Amino acid sequence: MAEYLIKNGFVFDPVIGIRGDIADIAIKDCKFVETSEVKDPKVIDAAGKTVMAGGVDVHAHVAGPKVNVGRNFRPEDKLFTYKPRSGVERMQGGFSVPTTIRTGYNYARMGYTTVMEAAMPPLYARHTHEEIRDTPILDQGAYPVFGNNWFVLEYLRNDEIENTAAYVAWLLRATKGYAVKVVNPGGTEAWGWGLNCENIHDPVPYFNITPAQIVKGLIEANEYLGLPHSMHIHANNLGNPGNYTTTLDTFRLSEGIRPRSKFGRDQVMHHTHVQFHSYGGDSWANFESKAPEIIDYVNSHDNITIDLGAVTLDETTTMTADGPFEHHLTELNHLKWANTDVELETGSGVVPYIYSPSIKVCAIQWCIGLELALLAKDPMRVFLSTDHPNAGPFTRYPRIMKWLMSEEARNQQIDSFKYRDKVIDATNLAGIDRELDLYEIAQMTRAGPAKALGLSQIYGGLAPGLDADVAVYDFNPNEPYAPDDIETAFSSAEHLFKTGVQVIRDHEIVSNGNKRTLWVNAKVNENPQVMRDVREKFLRYYTVTLNNYEVSGHYLPNPYVIEVDATQ
Amino acid sequence: METVTLTMKNQPDLYLEADNITPDAFAGKKVEEIADLHVYVGREQHRLGEFFEVSGRAGATPETTKIVINGDLSRVKYIGMKMTGGEIVVNSDLDMYVGAWMQGGRITVNGNVDSFAGTGMKGGELIINGNAGNYLGAAYRGDWRGMSGGKIIVSGNAGSDIGTFMTGGEIIIGGDVDVHVATHAEGGRIVIKGNAKSRLGGQMVEGEIYVFGTIDLMMPGFAYRQDVDIDMDGIKGRFALYEGDLGERHRKRKGQTIYGKIYQLIEA
Ligand SMILES: [Zn+2]
Ligand SMILES: [Zn+2]
Repeated sequence: MAEYLIKNGFVFDPVIGIRGDIADIAIKDCKFVETSEVKDPKVIDAAGKTVMAGGVDVHAHVAGPKVNVGRNFRPEDKLFTYKPRSGVERMQGGFSVPTTIRTGYNYARMGYTTVMEAAMPPLYARHTHEEIRDTPILDQGAYPVFGNNWFVLEYLRNDEIENTAAYVAWLLRATKGYAVKVVNPGGTEAWGWGLNCENIHDPVPYFNITPAQIVKGLIEANEYLGLPHSMHIHANNLGNPGNYTTTLDTFRLSEGIRPRSKFGRDQVMHHTHVQFHSYGGDSWANFESKAPEIIDYVNSHDNITIDLGAVTLDETTTMTADGPFEHHLTELNHLKWANTDVELETGSGVVPYIYSPSIKVCAIQWCIGLELALLAKDPMRVFLSTDHPNAGPFTRYPRIMKWLMSEEARNQQIDSFKYRDKVIDATNLAGIDRELDLYEIAQMTRAGPAKALGLSQIYGGLAPGLDADVAVYDFNPNEPYAPDDIETAFSSAEHLFKTGVQVIRDHEIVSNGNKRTLWVNAKVNENPQVMRDVREKFLRYYTVTLNNYEVSGHYLPNPYVIEVDATQ
Repeated sequence: METVTLTMKNQPDLYLEADNITPDAFAGKKVEEIADLHVYVGREQHRLGEFFEVSGRAGATPETTKIVINGDLSRVKYIGMKMTGGEIVVNSDLDMYVGAWMQGGRITVNGNVDSFAGTGMKGGELIINGNAGNYLGAAYRGDWRGMSGGKIIVSGNAGSDIGTFMTGGEIIIGGDVDVHVATHAEGGRIVIKGNAKSRLGGQMVEGEIYVFGTIDLMMPGFAYRQDVDIDMDGIKGRFALYEGDLGERHRKRKGQTIYGKIYQLIEA
């Protein structure tokens, strides 16, 4: 079988605790092994280069109906961005909402090998899995959304944690989902009445429940089941001046709860795209960063993880299950808007957006995303993301690394802002001289997210026994370099192995890999009430029957099932 | 000014995508190098020289380069795309996207053109001595940034959806137009010397439309304001002024709300 030896690279790996020392990494079949275990390996000379495990993205919107609405209603996003097929590469197109094919290739080019789709409407799970199937190379899973689901609202209104857990387990199996996602809890359901839930105690119309009850109940149901990942939330009041208090209130809902999971994670709440939730002021005029207040809380509470949602200053396409927020956004920028209601489950909206360096608010948002990373005390709990494509396309991760690793690069950007002085006054970034090193980057992009997903037994590091996902970058951290060299090197891995298969050789994609779809099969005690409720709701309300709802096997040609036993 | 002459010698089986036929691509190149520039037929890449006889010489810069094209070009797209200067003269009918995203220089077509001529145009002059198709001077599909500068002059008629999302520049039509004029426009000027049909200025925020002939149906979002006398740039006479689209947002300038304007000639 295939054996490889990646020799003499500067290795950065938090899992084996190696910080840029020269080491050899051995691959046998699909796993890392001790170097003594390979007999006749193919040798990759990595001398003078950086070696890291394959990147893991906890939160991106890369597959499913709202991504596809973005593609369909933005033909201009594909204008002049097509690339014809060549070699093993199939035809690609799009910038902020790329085709599935380009999504797979561009993540691979950055050395990423695992990417989670952050919001799957259960009703459209089949479509989501069809797109995942068509995304080459990457291992992927998808998070079904629960925070506005009628079953959940009805069970949690009466504090029925066991029933909620049984429903969650059923829906994860029905949709081949990976984790419990919550988007604007109660607010998207309220949007059906033209309303919203702007804080955690704002009641949901008709259901007589508050966002706080939904969030706390779903954390408890998640821990009742002991799922690999924690409850994963996009809180209420996203994107509004002064919203940091809602964020802190949401964080506090996890207080005193410890994980009950055998998958090695420490958190019970993952809060996503926190940049969008760290705003002070009470209008766009006095809008300011509250990143220090937010990250202080995260630093002092080890049962929380976050990802950044860093703004990249690009023209992009926003898309979220937070329906009322997208309406708010189209009223602000007057660009086109798509809106959907997903029956009993959720909703969504899509609006193009331009984060312009000459707009004060956009520049402040850019600062906030970077402040969160630079003020973080534990990079194992703060992950790099752009909430792709909401704050910018994922292809800018190497640029974010440059900003995080170079004060010079940050200052260049700050100095070029049209409202430089006002931006400096409203933020803290200009006073931060911290420069992250590649070990910390590996924590934020590999080891940390893998652990938070409950997948540290396969991803996130280079230790023997883990899946052989590894990138070699043409970057020598011990030689002098310009900030832009970081971006260039991490945009184009020189070599990439995915589960032991070489998918990039000399910066060229040479294989479409052997992608897998992860999903969680949680076994619970038989629950006749929940199954009766499911049958009844499908008869009474859904436009489809149960048979046309569940995601059957052929949607996942190469599944990777994580088994959880929650029977008791 | 140096001149390169292209003469069609072989018709393509499908349509020819010739966005390399610009003064920018030709400038500083020898005849053989110009013949080596690529064109697409369907998904296949070919040499320009397979379809055209190339003669003459190019200037050192786009501004000093003129291209004259002869033969039947009714299946050639994208001539003059993104050009920044110089001149192109086409002695034929043309397919779609002539002068798309052009930024400067001049294109003269002695014939009819198909749709999307001058899409997203930013500057320069596009002169069509014939009729134009749909989406003249419009935004690319999906885009909200349409024609922002330059001038398009059509001696004959134009199709539907002209000047969609226009923000600047000028389109002058010698003849009649089909439905949907200046939809979503936020600036610019469209002059129609002939007749218009309906749906002029739908969702228009700013900009001007002049109609010398008849309008079949005025949008309900436009309100008659007053008669005005105008004498400028060949627009001369007494016009009825309508303002709209009243259903849209409008910005204010010095306390005054700015509307899209439709002027219809009452008497010359
Ligand atoms: Zn979100
Ligand atoms: Zn998201």
